[in-house]
Amino acid sequence: MPIVHDFEYFKPAKITEALRLLSKHKGAAVFAGGTDIINEIKEGIAMPDFLIDIKGLSSLNKIQFKDGKLSIGALVTFSEILKSSVIKKRLPVFAEVARTVGSVGIRNRATMVGNICSAVPCMDSGPLLSAFDAMIIVQSLKSKRRIPIFDWFRGPRKTALKKGELVTGIEITIPKKKNAGCYAKLGRYTGEDLAQASVLVLALADHTYRVAFGSVGPVPIRARQIEELLGEEEITDILIAHAQALIPGIVTPITDIRASKEYRLQMCQVMFERALRTAVSRLAGVGPEYGINVTEQIGGVAV
Amino acid sequence: MKINFKLNGQKYSLDVEPYEILLEMLRDRVGVKSPKCGCNRGDCGTCTVLLNGKTVRSCLVLAIEIDGAEITTLEGLMADGKLTPLQESFLAHNSFQCGFCASGMLLSTTELLEENPAPSKEEIKETLSGNLCRCTGYTPIIEAISDQAERRNKIWVS
Repeated sequence: MPIVHDFEYFKPAKITEALRLLSKHKGAAVFAGGTDIINEIKEGIAMPDFLIDIKGLSSLNKIQFKDGKLSIGALVTFSEILKSSVIKKRLPVFAEVARTVGSVGIRNRATMVGNICSAVPCMDSGPLLSAFDAMIIVQSLKSKRRIPIFDWFRGPRKTALKKGELVTGIEITIPKKKNAGCYAKLGRYTGEDLAQASVLVLALADHTYRVAFGSVGPVPIRARQIEELLGEEEITDILIAHAQALIPGIVTPITDIRASKEYRLQMCQVMFERALRTAVSRLAGVGPEYGINVTEQIGGVAV
Repeated sequence: MKINFKLNGQKYSLDVEPYEILLEMLRDRVGVKSPKCGCNRGDCGTCTVLLNGKTVRSCLVLAIEIDGAEITTLEGLMADGKLTPLQESFLAHNSFQCGFCASGMLLSTTELLEENPAPSKEEIKETLSGNLCRCTGYTPIIEAISDQAERRNKIWVS
């Protein structure tokens, strides 16, 4: 299927040039990996008059650890996150999430920033960035602002980005305390499927936890009630059961082509337990290596 | 806009429109027919090509983007008209029936073996999760890759 919509193409070499183009052309769309926008243009969902290819902005191509912060530039692909030795060493759960996105040929092009700009509810980056309280770095010709992840998502395919603005990257404050995470994703089969439901658990050395769900609401959901319940308590079967009982009041899954809302809810409870137990065991240094699919483990994961 | 690129080692210069898709340009304008149009939305892998050494879905790449880049298709894997050892292995294991997925399978596997010379069965399956085959059930494809990786590693050791 060819593209029937005509548009102009620009590939600026400098951020200021990109911002000038964005402010001048209101019908412009930003283009990095293209794995979402090209499909949207083909299907007539997006009809930009101008396509601004930002792949010439080499300063946005970096993964950086500096002053206790991790920053991921707008051009960093999921393959680059997956292969980064510094991410593997310091925040391996980022690689665990990256590994579940699409397939290799998609990950070689698709970017994490593009993922949150498309903002479809089943995106894999949502629960991860919610759990890490990410900041989205946004620039326009006139100003630069940092948007907390909780203000970023406004609904399915809707974000806080305004006309004329460009997302230059994502910033995460690395938890000072020792931590370990686990991402559980439910697909219809192994490999290359969108999430029916997903959960990310981050366990910190002071026995506090962060829990976020994806694909079971219009935007990623941070489960603060569960975090408060688990906080500084020893994880027992009873405590997990109490936390699971809170989940129906936290997530709002729908029935669609991929799964029913009942199944999604049930699996949120199952996957929450597995992700929690896996994160706790990883924190203790005895957990399974990152990258395994805990959703697939029959009988759950032993701690 | 005029773009310059290398395709399978040969230099090309073409005038393209912004809306042209790389897959369509390769097939309809350059006449390279190994990348196929299957799903046309990046899910099936039949349009896989190497863009600067990395697999991409050519149905999701604009032709205009490849200015200055290097593209390799299945046609470019062969040296002096000879099949690569990987292709020989696919042949020996009878890995294809209709062959529609073949070029994508071979390019994805070529990328895998370059990065990971001794992949496990799980790693092979994970790599091929973006390349759909509706004939073989994948078993002869996975066997061909394992076999080739083992042979290559034996040669390196000895």
